[in-house]
Amino acid sequence: MAEKIATRDAYGETLAELGKENPNIVVLDADLSKSTKTNVFQKAFPDRHFNFGIAEANMISNAAGMATCGKIPFASTFAVFASGRTWDQIRASVCYPELNVKIVATHGGITVGEDGATHQANEDIAIMRVLPNITVIVPADGIETAKAVRAIADYKGPVYMRLGRSGVPVIFDADYDFQIGKAVVMREGTDVSIFACGLMTAQALEAAETLTAEGISAEVVNVATIKPLDVETIIMSARKTGCAVSAEEHSIIGGLGGAIAETLIDGCPVHMERVGVPDTFTESGNPKALLDKYGMTAADIATAARLSIQFKQECI
Amino acid sequence: MSEYSPDVVRKLEEKANQMRQDIVVMVGAAQSGHPGGSLSAADIVAALYFNVMRYDVKNPKWADRDRFVLSKGHASPVLYAALAEAGFFPRAEIITFRNINSHLQGHPDMKKLAGVEFTTGSLGQGLSGAGGMAIAGKLDKKDYRVFCMIGDGESEEGQIWEAAMSAAHYKLDNLTAITDWNGLQIDGPNAEIMNVNPLPDKWRAFGWNVIEIDGHDFTQILDALSPESRVEGKPTMIIAKTVKGKGVSFMENACDWHGKAPSEEQVKTALAELCA
Repeated sequence: MAEKIATRDAYGETLAELGKENPNIVVLDADLSKSTKTNVFQKAFPDRHFNFGIAEANMISNAAGMATCGKIPFASTFAVFASGRTWDQIRASVCYPELNVKIVATHGGITVGEDGATHQANEDIAIMRVLPNITVIVPADGIETAKAVRAIADYKGPVYMRLGRSGVPVIFDADYDFQIGKAVVMREGTDVSIFACGLMTAQALEAAETLTAEGISAEVVNVATIKPLDVETIIMSARKTGCAVSAEEHSIIGGLGGAIAETLIDGCPVHMERVGVPDTFTESGNPKALLDKYGMTAADIATAARLSIQFKQECI
Repeated sequence: MSEYSPDVVRKLEEKANQMRQDIVVMVGAAQSGHPGGSLSAADIVAALYFNVMRYDVKNPKWADRDRFVLSKGHASPVLYAALAEAGFFPRAEIITFRNINSHLQGHPDMKKLAGVEFTTGSLGQGLSGAGGMAIAGKLDKKDYRVFCMIGDGESEEGQIWEAAMSAAHYKLDNLTAITDWNGLQIDGPNAEIMNVNPLPDKWRAFGWNVIEIDGHDFTQILDALSPESRVEGKPTMIIAKTVKGKGVSFMENACDWHGKAPSEEQVKTALAELCA
């Protein structure tokens, strides 16, 4: 069993390291610094940590104001609030003026678990990626998170990064070279392309193992940057395999699956199955039970892959 | 109350009058825009740009400049009139306001026009942005001041009160906000649409240094905006009683002129009145 690290933990540690290296980094939170792990930064740099209390909209526009003065604000809260409650602030105060604000949202997706539907952000990727000028990143493990946090600190412009609450298996090596906008082929294959992000990448790799035993060769592509999408890598993979599956901890509407479908319809129309949260509000439960109930396990990805291959074969 | 020389006051009256003419011309040329709340704010904005604020037209991003955020972004004509008068862009361009390919967007766009400090238009956000600038100033140990004008109708937005809390919490005495209290919003008087009163008491209760003035009296405006009016450890809110449409008699205190453009004939009448 691989080591597990929560992506939010990797965020907190990396942010504190960055604080030492760059005095312009400031961190904003909305009464959740213990959960978002920005409290690690706060302990090291109390003068550069600003808690805005339970007032997320004000936090985002304050971050925008700081960015106009050369600061590099990292604003954090739970994904459901960081995207929904502050959408107009992100749109008008951050994305439209293209300010250098990093919104790092933790507790994305249904694996928030027991808190239930009010706290399960299953729509954030969709409503963020529709905004012009924004970069949207969903890292798959602790190592990719640490690298991505460093990358977005160096990048100038609005970023929405989505992290999770629970531990996820480490799937990248320490020397992994993360690049914004670059999808990574984790495992090569010829029969079906599985495009995944976040904790679903580890599940996709597991599904690929299962499929191998059945003689099916699945390609697994980790698509951490959902905007701008690595169109070239996605099209190349789909051309090779001829069918696709998307896997994400997000609504099947408008997220990674939506982005991949838009890309394929433009460049390489192939059959595609979407694995993710169905068009419904989810519920309380432990993360594993939720992933099982809503059809988001490695077994569900494998089923979707078989189905996609079947469609491809019927069309030939 | 301080004494200001007649020259100082006369100069500001002239600037404000020129700005009012430009507002009328701009909105008339565009056949769209918001004259009422631009005219009510003209005297205060004139005082800021032509007496109080420190800035360099040749170096609009000068790190030590004072900053002005027009949170009530629909009053963009008053900001554009001030920026043109200050020399940020040629006055001749004001007639491109709200037209295709113009840098004078319907609501201020900081990417399109030098001198615009914060992109505004979605009400309630500018005061938070100004708070962020004030925090950055404190962090960088700079002595610049941040000014922010909000509308009385805008004060109905919840985010205004979130910003009120955080600016007081972080003791932003380098932040001075002004409420353009003209009493009217699109659908009617504040008192009928959504009562915002008692505004001064509310800001005091939120921990701000509150100054109440006549927003068309330059002596009172300059006094309130002067560094001496600040209180250590508190942000300042100037509640300025103003007249919507001020300076153009047929627009004064009339809700209809919140977001309506004057006809060619009405522009002539307004300009004749302002030039009299």
